[in-house]
Amino acid sequence: MTLTPPLTVSGKPGATVSAKVHARMREGYHCNSNTPSDEYLIPLKVTWTPGAFQIAGVKYPKPTLEKFPFSEKPLSIYSGQFDIVTDFKIPADAKPGQSTVTGKVKYQACDDRSCLPPKTLEVQFPIVIE
Amino acid sequence: MNRLQQLGAASALCVAVLNSTSCMPEQAVVRAAVKDAKARKPAPDFTLKDVNGKPVKLSDYKGKVVLLNFWATWCGPCKIEIPWFKEFETTYKNQGFAVLGVAMDDDGWESVKPYISEKQVNYRVVVGTEQVSVLYGDVESLPTTFVIDREGRIASVHIGLISKGDYANEIKTLLGTGGIVEGKPATAGY
Repeated sequence: MTLTPPLTVSGKPGATVSAKVHARMREGYHCNSNTPSDEYLIPLKVTWTPGAFQIAGVKYPKPTLEKFPFSEKPLSIYSGQFDIVTDFKIPADAKPGQSTVTGKVKYQACDDRSCLPPKTLEVQFPIVIE
Repeated sequence: MNRLQQLGAASALCVAVLNSTSCMPEQAVVRAAVKDAKARKPAPDFTLKDVNGKPVKLSDYKGKVVLLNFWATWCGPCKIEIPWFKEFETTYKNQGFAVLGVAMDDDGWESVKPYISEKQVNYRVVVGTEQVSVLYGDVESLPTTFVIDREGRIASVHIGLISKGDYANEIKTLLGTGGIVEGKPATAGY
């Protein structure tokens, strides 16, 4: 998986801003969605260290249900390209300037015959307070 | 390690351990057959603990055919194989065969113990380590399975899911009750 965080996100004090992290799976691979079909499967999960900002919500894309040679029932997965959107609330008393938000994306990928160990990628981007 | 690196590592292992290119995963899928005895290399020995904390040494299995399966609870393809391996353990145990599962879950028994209990795994399972993974060519892609002959030599390697029939073939070959050796016709009983 490769991740592309937003170049920058900006908003006024008290506003809620959306940050879109673009993910791209390698051809032939998929990862489990944030709500896997099996309790033992490792979900895609984004965690943020938001600093002064509050996390107002994380929106994962709608998963696809796909059957694989190794699965008895369809699995809830992401493949190809998709976006994970997180809403950050800028405190009302925030002073104009820039802060860096850091986060981690944990995922576990498979192709149709084998699986790779869970991996965690770091992402960061600046939020500009206007 | 990315997929290409994994395949590279697997290839390196094939060269180092089996001195052959025929254990490449693509070939393993279309033709599962054990290597000729002369081409087999010793399976690296290790000692790991089972669910009861008892040490399990691979070399203690010498004299038996061993299906050494690297797996994890989060691995979907590994889950499909478990019922097959349970059946093999039951069917071939008295002929000198054993399955040994090496679980590669980061949290070890915390995940593995309830999983093997739920799946009623009837063969021995140990929790793997980085060192053992490295011994076997830096196992990352799961399942990765080594079929080991009675002399403790690696007869075949499979990276990723293959068919139950392919495994059964190899086990029967090594037990001397049938199957296929690469480059040789099927023996009686196959």
